Amino acid sequence: MSSPSTTRRPGFRLGLAVLAGAGALSCGIALMATSAWLISRASQHPPVLYLMVAIVSVRAFGMGRGVLRYAERLVSHDAALRLLARTRVRVFERLADLTPAVRPSGDGGPLGVVLDNAEGVADRWLRGVLPMASAAIACGGAVVLEWWLLPSAGAVLLAGLLIGGLVAPLLAASGARRAELRAAAARATLTARTAETLDGLPELVAFGALPNRLAVLGDADRAVTRAASRSAWTAGLGSALTVLATGASVLVALALGVPAVRDGHLSSVLLAVIVLTPLAAFEAVAELSQAAQRLLRAREDARRVAAVLSLPDPVTEPADPAPVPDGPPHLQIDGVTARWPGAPSDSLSAPLLQLDLPPGRHIAIMGESGVGKSTLAAVLARFLDYDGSVTLDGVELRDLPSDGVRRVIGLSGQDSHVFDTTLAENVRLARPGASDDDVADALRRAGLGPWLETLPEGLATRVGEHGSAVSGGQRQRIALARALLADVPVLVLDEPDAHLDDATAVTVLTDLLKAAGDRTVILITHRDAIPGGDPVLRHIDEVVTLTPALEPAPAA
Amino acid sequence: MPRPLDPRLVREARATAPFLVACAVSGGLAAACALAQAALLAHGIAKLTVPLALIGVVAFRGLLVWGQQVTAHRAAAGVKAQLRARVLDKVVRNRPDGSSGEITALVTRGVDALDPYFAGYLPQLVLSVIVPVTVVVALLVSDPQSALIVAVTLPLIPMFGALIGLYTAGRTRRRWRSLEVLAGHFTDVVSGLPTLKAFGRAKAQAAQIERITGEHRRATMGTLKIAFLSALVLEIAATLSVALVAVSVGLRLVSGSLTFETALFVLILAPEAYLPLRAAGAQFHAAQDGVAAAEKIFAALDAPGVSVPEDGSGRPHGEIRFEDVTVARRELVGPFSFTAPAGELTVLAGPSGLGKTTLLDVLLGFTPAASGRVLADGAEITPGDEWRRGIAWVPQRTFLIAGTVAENIALAVPGAPDGAVRRAAEAVGVTRFTSLDAEGSALSAGQRQRVALARAVLRVDLLDTPLVLLDEPTAHLDPRTELEILDLLDGPLRGRTIIATTHRSALLERADQLVRLDAVPVPA
Repeated sequence: MSSPSTTRRPGFRLGLAVLAGAGALSCGIALMATSAWLISRASQHPPVLYLMVAIVSVRAFGMGRGVLRYAERLVSHDAALRLLARTRVRVFERLADLTPAVRPSGDGGPLGVVLDNAEGVADRWLRGVLPMASAAIACGGAVVLEWWLLPSAGAVLLAGLLIGGLVAPLLAASGARRAELRAAAARATLTARTAETLDGLPELVAFGALPNRLAVLGDADRAVTRAASRSAWTAGLGSALTVLATGASVLVALALGVPAVRDGHLSSVLLAVIVLTPLAAFEAVAELSQAAQRLLRAREDARRVAAVLSLPDPVTEPADPAPVPDGPPHLQIDGVTARWPGAPSDSLSAPLLQLDLPPGRHIAIMGESGVGKSTLAAVLARFLDYDGSVTLDGVELRDLPSDGVRRVIGLSGQDSHVFDTTLAENVRLARPGASDDDVADALRRAGLGPWLETLPEGLATRVGEHGSAVSGGQRQRIALARALLADVPVLVLDEPDAHLDDATAVTVLTDLLKAAGDRTVILITHRDAIPGGDPVLRHIDEVVTLTPALEPAPAA
Repeated sequence: MPRPLDPRLVREARATAPFLVACAVSGGLAAACALAQAALLAHGIAKLTVPLALIGVVAFRGLLVWGQQVTAHRAAAGVKAQLRARVLDKVVRNRPDGSSGEITALVTRGVDALDPYFAGYLPQLVLSVIVPVTVVVALLVSDPQSALIVAVTLPLIPMFGALIGLYTAGRTRRRWRSLEVLAGHFTDVVSGLPTLKAFGRAKAQAAQIERITGEHRRATMGTLKIAFLSALVLEIAATLSVALVAVSVGLRLVSGSLTFETALFVLILAPEAYLPLRAAGAQFHAAQDGVAAAEKIFAALDAPGVSVPEDGSGRPHGEIRFEDVTVARRELVGPFSFTAPAGELTVLAGPSGLGKTTLLDVLLGFTPAASGRVLADGAEITPGDEWRRGIAWVPQRTFLIAGTVAENIALAVPGAPDGAVRRAAEAVGVTRFTSLDAEGSALSAGQRQRVALARAVLRVDLLDTPLVLLDEPTAHLDPRTELEILDLLDGPLRGRTIIATTHRSALLERADQLVRLDAVPVPA
């Protein structure tokens, strides 16, 4: 299902980028060291021929740095973008498993994880790990060079680089840690509050609650600003320490080199090399303070991504799934209790509920708001684990693969989403490959025929967020059209009539029940509970009323 | 083309100006430090001494970097806060055309994209003007030939940067746009996951996401290949010219036309001319998203404002009359004419999608009528804040803030006392199924509907609103609850002018006046 190009681990590309980055930094160091030697040697007025190797090397290093840096940038960005794509797909796949038990919005909710936190994870490599690894390799080379020329200078450079390239960034990072954590949470809160305010704008305006709301946003904003200012103090501290370490290393190298030359331990040609190599080496660690901060910021992102990936399954897939029964299914319920993850009590408690649905039976389930009708629908669609017994041709649903169950039992929920695409695609998702005629037919059977006629672009009309708005009723009917198009033997319709006027609802539901033909239909509705008092119910074989009490009250 | 510094940023965010001055001062000091350090080091190496003044220079450099970073980060935070506040203020007054997701992205991630611009790029930009000029002048005094090499190569860097920037500006903008589309797509797909899963399409969407992000990556890499060319030119110009300087002074040392100390001074100083430019170049690309974001922010600030009536109508009173009102939905619908008598229940009925909700929007002042008039007690209305203060409204979909049920109800009347909130909650039966301290997000659709009704009751109670608008108030409720809710009409809502839309017979039967809207769409 996924192309090999993006699933291949980006590790190879990252490694390549590290090598190129280290090469670029090494060129910079080598350029300075060679130039220092060249000048020192030249001051002794040797024949120019003696300097030729150094002259050529200096020019080569001058070119190499730019070319390698360019290669490193391209490879590393490519790797980071691949990593980002991979993380997003993994999070999305996990969310697909968790839905609908996890709500897609709210503070630091899954949507934020897909958008913001996944980006942080990719950033961690691109701007955190990668520059650190490159710098470590290049600086290692510089230390070896110094050690070889004058061991004490090598030791000093090593110490200086450790302080400037490791201690300083870590100090900055650990000092900023709390502020960063607060910033991540504050940023997420600000995002959530802003989205909320914009979503609820009409109501907030109508209620005159906008000034209060802007004040709440202002508070969230100030929290973000405060956190950012706080980490500024420590970020600056890290950079300052690096600059100090640079100066100190150069200074000490000079202080060690001068007596060594006087004592004859060091050739005078090499003094400039000893002093100027550290100067270039520290260029390599200059960015590490920022890299450490990036790493830290990304840690919170990585934590959030991991949190979503590790959420418990709302549905336990069977270890050894039974084959999904073929043919017209026989659905039986013998007591069922279920609870949404995190709910304080059972969302559906009907241990005595007994339902026997031979193929083609049409039943209506009624009951007060909050009694658990939608939870029952979620159990039937295998969105949620249950206690009790729900069987399909004698096989417990929990013993079947949940995707397989949904190929037999189709759910049309009350909060059906209209996607930002064409009308046709919105319906077709129920049965990929369905022809335009099939789609149009499904829309007509859902009562959208007249509307469809008025659309100049017909099925190609864009609906959803960027398209024209659809009314509540139209939204429900699009959901109905999906349910009709999906070729499932059992249809669970969760309040398909919530936004329809009586006349339309009766027509649509009647059409739907007729169109369902030999399919089993479980209609969850508020519609008038008096059997036969409603034209729809004439097409219903049985009406079941769920009550908060433990006993079901079968009617009809 | 991306300008090095957008003057509007200085104008829009006043925190920018003093920050730029601080950058210039610290830039001058940094240049002086670089000169002093190079001179002292060259002297030490050439004369085999250890100048103690170096300690002071090093310490001062450290201090300078620290102060500069702190200033930069604080300034960035301040500028971002100012911009966010201005955009939000504008947007909420203006009612956005774009999706809420896009605007949220703009004021959060978009404004955050300014961080590298302010905290990194801008101070570096100031440094990259002051330091190279100082270095070239210093080189001119000590070794004009090296000064010439540096002076010739230095301008190449911004020149190529600008050329390549000019070429990639359009691409960068398109990339920003495609990033937004991508974010919109994720939002759409994640919000619709339950629907996708019900039809077994969720996993297929993962493949789709993979494909789209893959395309995005390829497009982005195409842009980067060119954008990074400016960095390539920069790196090559910087390192190669240092190499040229080194070779040139080396050869002149051999011929004896230059002293060793001067040669060292030149070699140490030459790279300092390029360092700030190199850093600015590196940060320029990180800052590009910020520049693109800034343009979007300015576009949002420049968007023509919706004219809010300076002195709109006062609170509604008397009968509400619609006279030949047409409204623009997908197409123009109407004309509708009806009168809602004061103190009575008027129910608007008609097929779904006719525009009943839009008529309520006209009353709320959210949508202007395309033609026709709306009159309150005979006078044409101009709905503003004061007019809305007299309306209690139950919309079709209930908006919940993150917070408790009580906070959600209290939203309807800012500053409502707890007692009144509890009364309203009890009146519509909210307290029977949930504690007022429970999180609002856990409520079912029917329970949300009750929260919306409780808000209306609260407004009637505390603000004595004469007009009540109910948009399908019982859509999510079972028949028993519906009847119970309809009793509100004889209770807390009694005596108000109520305009309701519904599809349910129970409410239709209660109507004092039933208005059947079945006008056909009129051609636009």
